Amino acid sequence: MIPHDETMILETPFYSRCLAASEINLWEDWKGYRSPQAYTSVEQEYFAVRSNTGVFDISPMIKYRFTGPDAEAYLNRLVTRDISKLAVDRVAYTVWCDDNGQVMDDGTIFHLGENDYRLCAYARCLDWLMWSAEGFDVTIVDETADIAALAVQGPTSCSVFKNMGFTGIENLKPFGITRYPFEGSEVMISRTGFTGDLGYEIWVDPALAEIFWDKLFEAGKLWGIRAIGSAALDMLRTETGFLQAGVDFIPAEEAIRTGRSRSPFELGLGWLVSFDKPVFNGRKALLKEKKEGSRYAFVYLDVEGNKPAEHAFIYAGDKEVGTVTTAAWCPTAKTNVAFAQVDAKYGKVGQELVAEIYYERELKWTRVMAKCTVIEGAVFNPPRKRQTPAPDF
Amino acid sequence: MINIDKNYDVIVVGGGHNGLVCATYLAKDGRKVLVVEANESLGGASATSEFADQFSVSSCAHWLFQLNPGVASDMGLSKQGLELAARDLNTIALAEDGNHLTIDGDKLEGADISEEDRKAFVAFNKQMLKFCKLLAGAFNRRAPKLVEGNLTDRVTLAKLGLGMKMLGKEDMSDLMRLALINIYDVMEENFDNELLKGAISLDSLLGSHMGPRSPNTVYGYLYRRMGDVFGYKGPAVVKGGMGAVGEAMASAARAKGVDIEVGAAVSKINIDVDRATGVTLADGRVVNASLVVSNADPKTTFNKLVGLSNIETGVARRVKTLRMKGDTAKLHIALDSLPGFTGLTEQQMGQRLVIAPTMNYIETAFNASKYGEYSKAPAMDISIPSIHDPSLAPDGKHVMSVIVQYAPYELEGGWNDQHKEAFKQLVINRIADYAPDLKDKIVASELLTPVDLEERFHTFGGHWHQGEISLDQILMMRPFPGASQYGTSVDGLFLCGAGNHPGGGVMGLAGHNAAKEIIKRGKSA
Repeated sequence: MIPHDETMILETPFYSRCLAASEINLWEDWKGYRSPQAYTSVEQEYFAVRSNTGVFDISPMIKYRFTGPDAEAYLNRLVTRDISKLAVDRVAYTVWCDDNGQVMDDGTIFHLGENDYRLCAYARCLDWLMWSAEGFDVTIVDETADIAALAVQGPTSCSVFKNMGFTGIENLKPFGITRYPFEGSEVMISRTGFTGDLGYEIWVDPALAEIFWDKLFEAGKLWGIRAIGSAALDMLRTETGFLQAGVDFIPAEEAIRTGRSRSPFELGLGWLVSFDKPVFNGRKALLKEKKEGSRYAFVYLDVEGNKPAEHAFIYAGDKEVGTVTTAAWCPTAKTNVAFAQVDAKYGKVGQELVAEIYYERELKWTRVMAKCTVIEGAVFNPPRKRQTPAPDF
Repeated sequence: MINIDKNYDVIVVGGGHNGLVCATYLAKDGRKVLVVEANESLGGASATSEFADQFSVSSCAHWLFQLNPGVASDMGLSKQGLELAARDLNTIALAEDGNHLTIDGDKLEGADISEEDRKAFVAFNKQMLKFCKLLAGAFNRRAPKLVEGNLTDRVTLAKLGLGMKMLGKEDMSDLMRLALINIYDVMEENFDNELLKGAISLDSLLGSHMGPRSPNTVYGYLYRRMGDVFGYKGPAVVKGGMGAVGEAMASAARAKGVDIEVGAAVSKINIDVDRATGVTLADGRVVNASLVVSNADPKTTFNKLVGLSNIETGVARRVKTLRMKGDTAKLHIALDSLPGFTGLTEQQMGQRLVIAPTMNYIETAFNASKYGEYSKAPAMDISIPSIHDPSLAPDGKHVMSVIVQYAPYELEGGWNDQHKEAFKQLVINRIADYAPDLKDKIVASELLTPVDLEERFHTFGGHWHQGEISLDQILMMRPFPGASQYGTSVDGLFLCGAGNHPGGGVMGLAGHNAAKEIIKRGKSA
């Protein structure tokens, strides 16, 4: 249970360690939990992940567990991907839609055993999940507070785990799940993450959280391990092209104004939609959209110059055709990247557009009209992300 | 009978009156139509059953007062043998002391009714009928959608809007004000006589889970009075009981080439991903058709026949939240001879008798049902049809049919034999307060609770109207948004029952409108 009646802001099972690691006391609220924005400096934390290993406390992530004879059928109706194809001990990224084919959220589904799944989501959605359960024999539990989780990401992350005694972890394939004995219990490790790098996420009993953290940092000392906050993570995910719910799209149930929600096709996530399966939420609307065309396109932009195109208007000639949702200068890729929503016809790779960027230096605002080009996808996509066995750095 | 070689275009699930109406119109349009009905008899809630040896009664609806004349003439029901044993009956609001109030159209007699009340009643009727006429314009066509700029829908909306404007300033503002308040307040504004206020209130809420002080009761009253627009000046008794309506409709359907299979329950509406392909019967037979039209209520259709797992969450949620729990029971009494109601002649006993002495009496009766209890002093609508139609009982004997309000579908502790017997005795005792020798005349009796009605007529919650008739569940919101024009989210699956616009009552318009919509959509349906 989440003791929201006792405290306004919750602490994660790793909180004591996060607090000790925090040199600047910069926190934010992540779904009711005190979560570090940064521990030291954002750049240092960013480079820890790209060069060594960064550790991010993902315990506040919303987690639901689905069990029962209809768990698979239930999830297959809920989400757009074909879950019947997801093998046990595998993870799939997916979105789920309302009846109008508008994205409610994105997240990952962990196939833990036969008819046993975990869904990690951005937003709490138990209400929708329970409504969706009508007609299915499935048990749904919010296990957000029952599991402590860390993202351990970066080129040396596999080496750190090996040093920690997780023999054979290098053989775990991307989106695979494995388990190791830990302190008389068990730790589950998945090769997943939000950084686009070699990396893992660990899932452990909250009672073992602190000891896990201690052993991890002890084992990682020689590999440059460092705790990172959400600000560094945001740069990392931008560089690797990952969308953030609530930033790059408004979850359909949170959108108040008509027309502000988006379909999977409009977020460049059409590859997550499988029409070759039984009925699922949004199917009818998405089929129609596929036939008749989308309103918007989601694009990655390579923006000229080095000024992040935050909240910039996008033009095609004189015509305003969209806006930027995420933008950052990406240090490793050395590219000025922006994610933007544009009118569908301006979404083709190679399309030349212009970003109207405003920036401020010592109280003086300047405007630049930066040329930008629609590019294929992520600007950072290293081979080590996919290599199995994972490379030893 | 089913003839598989016919390759049916349409299968109608359920041979209720709306199903038969819909089937007939579709057959007239040249479609090959099959109606499958779980029961042995046709007509749905318009039914007659023998509840004791040689005693028959209308087992659900017992008055005919809303059957749409257009539908009746299109179907040729009188040619098919539909006869009325009596029509334009008065309503008599019973008083224990025998000083009853007789309501005969605009005229009021008895109960020391005042001149003011008489005048007010004429004015009240006039205004209500004005409102009914306005609504009637939207009843025999599909409910308009609000957002899509469809021409047909715009015409309906424009007619409604213009109609309201044409009411004149006073009536228009009255309609807008009254529609949202409750019948109790409207009665208090208009009348003094308790029996009058009680009788009108009862009309506003029969069959619903509402009391006189519940919002939506004014709309319920207008809905009830729709029969006046259709030419009824009071309820009618059908010769042979209400089942004769079903039989006449079935004959009309067969005459147009509709095949009808009775005693064949549908266990499943077959769906290929998102298109209906036919039905599977309880005995395992599969019948295919390009269209399936369900006369079953929306909950039964989606919960049971389609399966909530086969539709999208948003629709499943709407099905689930639809309000349709019956609160009305039926009591049938076989009588050795006619009982004596204090202060009533035999001719008067043949009228519609109501027990609703005051509005607070009804409200108190309603209170119990809110908490899962049956009313200790229920309100009633009584018919002794054998006075007009001796065929219903052996020579000289009679049957009494009573609509009893309130008997909640979800009774605390459930409707076991003990609860049923206790409630039945309580109802009989209450009637005996008005007819002291009643108990000596009883040969047999039968109580049908909402649970029994659900079982017998296959309507979820035993609800008369396949869904509460209230402002949030009418027009473009009936049965729920996204299914309000008879089509559903499943391609090729349509609804034609009372759960759809305009609603329940033996009216036939839901079936008529559904057929028109299917015909209009043509091949794309």
